[in-house]
Amino acid sequence: MRGIVMSENSKVFPVISVLTIIVILWYGFSVVLNAPWAYDQAKRNSVSLSFPELVSKTWSQKRPKLPTPHQVANEMWNTTVHQKITSKRSLVYHTWITFSETMFGFFLGTSLGILLAIAIVHNRATAISVMPWIITSQTIPILALAPMIVVALGSAGFSGLLPIAIISMYLSFFPVVVGMVKGLKSPERLELDQMKTWSASGSQVLVKLRLPKSMPYFFTSLKLGMAAALVGAIVGELPSGGGGGLGFRMLSGSTFGNTLHIWSGLFSAAVLAASLIIFIGVIQKIILKKMALEL
Amino acid sequence: MPQPYVIEASNLHLTFETNDGPVNALSDVNLTVKKGDFVSFIGPSGCGKTTLLRVLADLDKPTSGEVTVNGVSPRDARMARAYGYVFQAAGLYPWRNISSNIKLPLEIMGYSKSEQNSRVSKVLELVELTGFEKKFPWQLSGGMQQRASIARALAFDADILLMDEPFGALDEIVRDHLNEQLLKLWKSTNKTICFVTHSIPEAVYLSTKIVVMSPRPGRIIDVIESDLPFDRPLDIRDTKKFIELSQRVREGLRAGHSDE
Repeated sequence: MRGIVMSENSKVFPVISVLTIIVILWYGFSVVLNAPWAYDQAKRNSVSLSFPELVSKTWSQKRPKLPTPHQVANEMWNTTVHQKITSKRSLVYHTWITFSETMFGFFLGTSLGILLAIAIVHNRATAISVMPWIITSQTIPILALAPMIVVALGSAGFSGLLPIAIISMYLSFFPVVVGMVKGLKSPERLELDQMKTWSASGSQVLVKLRLPKSMPYFFTSLKLGMAAALVGAIVGELPSGGGGGLGFRMLSGSTFGNTLHIWSGLFSAAVLAASLIIFIGVIQKIILKKMALEL
Repeated sequence: MPQPYVIEASNLHLTFETNDGPVNALSDVNLTVKKGDFVSFIGPSGCGKTTLLRVLADLDKPTSGEVTVNGVSPRDARMARAYGYVFQAAGLYPWRNISSNIKLPLEIMGYSKSEQNSRVSKVLELVELTGFEKKFPWQLSGGMQQRASIARALAFDADILLMDEPFGALDEIVRDHLNEQLLKLWKSTNKTICFVTHSIPEAVYLSTKIVVMSPRPGRIIDVIESDLPFDRPLDIRDTKKFIELSQRVREGLRAGHSDE
């Protein structure tokens, strides 16, 4: 117990120090990057800036090159609390869209990944014929593939959530296949021999031994798959046009030079990713503890 | 009796192909086991005693030779669920409690729920683990886990029990106790037991027949029919008869060793 408390405490200090350094650097770069605009304004008004004046001007621009942390925080607060969540100006609205695409893609990707893993573990021919394609699929940049998927599905009459979920699936199935193949192969020789002495069928071995035994790998795969699904959803929003979502929000921020939109979108995506992965982590802890599989 | 021998092996050879070349695991093995026999296979590591047990269980295939279990091939015997196999490690699933670990083969073989429950309580009584149904493997000592694993092998109606050094990882006091229990269990169930061990006292204490094996190539060098009385308290190990049998086993092992 004491050891755990100690290690929790000893984690806090390094994390806070790194965070402090990042924030200080960030404020520093805000001054450097926003200074040209501040000097330009001062020149037009024929005034000269002292250093404190320069700092305060670079930290409070409407359209900064690099917004400060407090500006981003302020923007996020305003666009979540002070907007109706059904409004296109609301970050909650955009986060919700990205969240639903992510969940849809994650569900498709995880299902596909598990099915492929089961096929690969049970059938050597599948393993030999499918595995190279699975690996090849991940070498194609998703950024190049995403518009094609959107166009192809669009011409087939599918638009909105499905094309984006498919792109999200494309990224998220891979870690699930790799992790689950390893997990389903994790039973030891003795455990498989034991099953053989009972003349168990392949599906009995799968359900009673391979699947339960693969649980630690399963949750690790889910975490990786979830992160990949979120990236896929954001990338998928870019070529899809006006559907909304955090990717769309960041793209439009980039188009119109609104850096606050980009940064607040980025942080919302980070918060979303962290929440989803923490959520899986909690379930993982509970289930693995219950199954006495926790290491 | 329609079938004189439960296990019959003749001219059994098994060669493993390894990266270092072929390994002769079994060479010209001939063996018969009668119903109700308690047969121990003893020998140093590499003598093929575990391999022989695995061949009987259809976990390894012989390269040549004939072997029958209950009059049929090991594969047919396995498919007919003719034997229970106890491995060196208990191999209990950590996510299942003792009761549901024992039910595992019963579920696989399609026994009804009520049949499963009655069998679990019956075999737990046989291995003296009644009351531990709801406990998980990690809550049990090594000896108790191995007893649960024996209970699992007894739960279905196999009349042959194949045991591969089941008590090898346990300390001597626990081992003595489990040996005593195993003898009691063997007498009350009338099963045929094949037992792999590398302990001379264990082999002599338990067996009606001791098969002494030697390595490189793995082969049988002596088969001793034990005439120890049926009732065997632990102190039978101090009797003259027991010591003589032990000496014969030791001589056999030594003779196999000097071949190298």
